[in-house]
Amino acid sequence: MTQWLETSLGLIVLAVVVPTLAAVFAYAFLFKAMAHMQQRLGPMEAGPHGSLQLVAEAIKWVQKEDLFPRRADRLVFGLAPIVAIVTAFSMCALIPVSNAVVGAAPSMGLFLFAALSGVSSLAIVMAGWGSNSKFSVLGGLRAAAQLLAYEIPLVLALLGVVVLAGSANLVSIVGAQSSSLWFVFPQIVGFTIFMIAAQAELTQAPFDVPVAESELVAGYMTEYSGFRFLMFFIAELATAAALSGLAVTCFLGGWNIPFVELTGTLGAVVGPLVFFVKLMIVGFLIFWIRFSFPRVREDQLHKLAWKVLVPLGLANVAITACLKVWM
Amino acid sequence: MKAGYDERRAADYMNSQLVDGRVNLELVDDDGMVLNLGPQHPATHGTLRIVVKLDGERVVWAEPVCGYMHRGYEKLAEVRTYPQVNTLLNRIDWLGSFCNEVPFIQAVEQLLEVEAPERAQWIRTVLFELGRIANLMVFLGDMGMQLGAITPPFLAFRDREHVLDLIESATGGRFHPYYNRVGGIKEDLPKGWIADVLATMPRVRRFCDEMEEMLANNEIFRSRTRGVGVIRKDLALSYGMSGANARASGIDWDLRRDTPSPMAWKHAKFNVAVSADADSFARYWVRLVEVRESTSIIEQLLTNLPAGPIQAKVRKIIKVPPGATYVETENPLGQMGYYVVSNDGLSPYRVKIRTPSFNNISVLPAVLPGENVSDLITIISSLYFILGDVDK
Amino acid sequence: MSFIKSAAKSLAGMKVTLRNMTRRSETVQYPHEKSEKANRARGVIALEQANCTVCMLCVRECPVWCIFIEGYKDQGPPRRPGGKPRLAQKLDRFDIDYSLCMYCGICVEVCPFDALFWSAEHEYSEPHIASLLHDKDQLQHWMTTIKPKVELEDGAEVKTRKPAREG
Repeated sequence: MTQWLETSLGLIVLAVVVPTLAAVFAYAFLFKAMAHMQQRLGPMEAGPHGSLQLVAEAIKWVQKEDLFPRRADRLVFGLAPIVAIVTAFSMCALIPVSNAVVGAAPSMGLFLFAALSGVSSLAIVMAGWGSNSKFSVLGGLRAAAQLLAYEIPLVLALLGVVVLAGSANLVSIVGAQSSSLWFVFPQIVGFTIFMIAAQAELTQAPFDVPVAESELVAGYMTEYSGFRFLMFFIAELATAAALSGLAVTCFLGGWNIPFVELTGTLGAVVGPLVFFVKLMIVGFLIFWIRFSFPRVREDQLHKLAWKVLVPLGLANVAITACLKVWM
Repeated sequence: MKAGYDERRAADYMNSQLVDGRVNLELVDDDGMVLNLGPQHPATHGTLRIVVKLDGERVVWAEPVCGYMHRGYEKLAEVRTYPQVNTLLNRIDWLGSFCNEVPFIQAVEQLLEVEAPERAQWIRTVLFELGRIANLMVFLGDMGMQLGAITPPFLAFRDREHVLDLIESATGGRFHPYYNRVGGIKEDLPKGWIADVLATMPRVRRFCDEMEEMLANNEIFRSRTRGVGVIRKDLALSYGMSGANARASGIDWDLRRDTPSPMAWKHAKFNVAVSADADSFARYWVRLVEVRESTSIIEQLLTNLPAGPIQAKVRKIIKVPPGATYVETENPLGQMGYYVVSNDGLSPYRVKIRTPSFNNISVLPAVLPGENVSDLITIISSLYFILGDVDK
Repeated sequence: MSFIKSAAKSLAGMKVTLRNMTRRSETVQYPHEKSEKANRARGVIALEQANCTVCMLCVRECPVWCIFIEGYKDQGPPRRPGGKPRLAQKLDRFDIDYSLCMYCGICVEVCPFDALFWSAEHEYSEPHIASLLHDKDQLQHWMTTIKPKVELEDGAEVKTRKPAREG
C-alpha cells in the first residue's frame, strides 16, 4: 500500500514540479534573457515584469480548438505529444536534486536517461508522420536524423564520466565528485561535446534545422495547435531542464558546494537550492548559445556530428579509461 | 507557340499554380516536385513568389513571380502634378525612401533647367546617405535572421530608430520624408541637427562592428554563405544587376564616384567596396563596408556644410517644357533611374521607373538551379530586394 | 591553429549578446511612457478656421483628394470704417479624410493664408473608419497641439514672411 502511495505522491510532485521548472526556464531564458540580449524588455504587462505571461499563454493555448488534420492518423497524431511529455518528465525524475531528494535512482540511471532521450526522438517522428502532410514528414525525418546523429556523442561524453566515477548511478556520480574535482575539469572535452550534443538534442540554434529552416512553418509541429502544442512546448522545455540537470549532475558536482560537507537535513535543504542555481547557469549557457548564432545547414550539422564529435568522443573515452587504469 | 516554349515546364508551372504548397504536393513526371515559395513566406521581403522545381534537395529550375504588390506608379504619375508625383515616389523603396525622390527631382530640374543651390545639394546628399544607412541596416540584421540568428534584426532596428529620428526631426516623416522640392529642399535643418547626426554616426559604426562580430566573423555564417550563390561577373552584367550585388560580383561601378552629378559626393572622400568572389558572403560584406563609408561621407559633408539658400527660384505652379531626360542615382538597392517625358503640362507625360530590385531578382532562374533548398534562402536574402521596388 | 582562431572569433558573437544583456534596454513602454516627438513630425493637420478663405487650393493640390470643402458667400466687414460691406467666403464644411490622407503636407504648403498647420499628434486611431473623417471643429481642436517652428541650423538663409491678412 505504501508503495502505491509513494509512487502516486512522487507522480504528483513530478507533475507539479516539472512544469513549474519548465515555466521558470521559459520565463527566465526564453522571454527575459532573450529580450535583454536583443535590447528589449520582453513581456511586461501580465503580472509584475511579465511573470504571469506563461499563465496567460497556457490559458490561451488550452482554450483553442482541438484540430485534427483530415486523414491524419488519429492515434499516432494524438500520442506524439504524450510520448514527448512522458519521456521528458521521466528524464526529469531521474535527476538527483539532493542527497535525500531524488525521483528514482536506478543503478543504470545514466543509460536510462540516454535511452529515454532516444525515445523522445520517436515522438517527433510520430508527430511528423501523424500529421498527414508531406512537409511535416520531411521535417520529422530531418529531425529524427539530427537527433539520432547527436545521440551518440551525447552518450560518449557521458561514458567518460562513467569511467571516472565507476558507476552509472547518478547519485554515485555526484558522490564521486564530492571527494575529488568536479568532472568538468578532467573531462573538459567531454563537457564540450555534451553541451554541443545537448544543443542539438533540443533542436535549438545553431542546430534548429527541423524547426526553423523551412519550406514553411514549424516542421513536425506544423499541424499542432492548442493544447497539443502546449504539451510539445512543455516537453521541449522540460527536456532542456533535464539535460541541464544531467550536465550539472555529471560534470558540475550536482548539489555539492566545494569544501563544504552537506549531509543530513542541511543537505536536504541547501542541496536543492545549490542544484537550482547551477541548473540555471547551465540553462543560461544553452539559451545564450541559441540566441547568438545562426543556423547550421543540414549537411554541415551531420558532418560535425559524425566526423568531429564521434571520433572526439571515442578518443575521450579511450584516454579517460587508460588514465584511470594507470593512475 | 513561342519559340523555345517548353511544354513540360509550362505544365509544371500550371501545376504549381494549382497546388497549395503546404499540403499535397504532386510529383510531376520523374523530374521532381514543384514547390511554391508562395507570396506569404517569411524568407522573402514581401510578397514575392518563387516557383522552384526540386529533385530531392537540389533545385532544378526556379522562377520568381512578382506583381503581387504592383500599385501602378507609372500610370498614377501620369495623372498627378509634379509635386504630387514626388509624394508617391517615397513609397517605392520604403526603407530608404528619401533616395527615391532624388533622381526624379533631378530629372525635373534638368528639364526645367533649374539648379538647386549648393546647400540644398549638400543636404540632399546627407539625407540620401542617411536613407542608405537606414536601408542597409535592415539588410545587415535581416540576413542574419534568414540564416537563423535571431538577435541581429533586433539590434538593427534598435539603432535604426536613431537614424529615423534624425530623418524625422529634419523632414517631419520617419519613413516618407517628402523633403525634396523642385529647385531645392523644403526647409532648412533644425538647430542642433548636425550635432545630433554627428553623435549618431559612431552608434551606427558600433552597430556595424557588432554585426561583424556576430555574423561576418562567425564561422557558421561564413560556411553557410561562402561559395553559395556565385553570380559571375558576366552573368551579373547580362541581367543588369547593380549596386552592391554587382560590386560583390567584381564589377567596380558606383554611380556616386563614376558619373558626374550635381549632388555633393564629389566633395567627400570615400571607398567603394568591391569583391572578387561573387558569393553571398561577398554581398553581405560589401554592404557592411558601404554602411561604414556612408557614415564617413555624412561626417565629412556635415562638418563643411556651406551656408546659403536652400531653394532656387521656381514658379509656384510647376509646368515643365516639352522634353525627356533620364537620371540615375546609386540607391541603396542598386541603380535607380527615372525617365521623365514631359509634354508641356502640369503632369508628366510618362515616367518610366527603372528599379534595381527588378533586375536583381531576375537573375534567380540562372543562379538557383543546382543549389540546395537550404541555400535558396541564403541566396534570396543576400540579393536583398524590396517588393515595392520590384513591383512599383 | 586556424580552426581555434576561427572558433574564438565565432564565440565573439556570444560576447555581443552578453554585453547587450547588461545594457539598459531602450524600449519605451507605450502607453505607460511616451517619447517626445520632433517639432516637425507630421502627425495630423490642424485648421485655423479664421484664416481660411475657401480658396480651394488645398483641395486641388491634394494628391489623393481627401479634403472636402464647402463654403458660402456672406457679407463681411468693410475694409475701411464707413465703407460698404464686402463679399467674403465663409467656411461651411472642411473635412479631411485621414483614412485617405498621405501625410505629405502639400495642402499645408500651398495654403496662401496660413490656415493649415502640422501637428505632431498621432494618437487618434479609431475603431471605425468613418470616424477618421475629421470635421472642421476637430481640425480646429488640433490647433491646440501644434508645436512652434524650430530655430534653424547655422548657415541657413533667414527669410522673412509677410504676416497673413486677417478676415
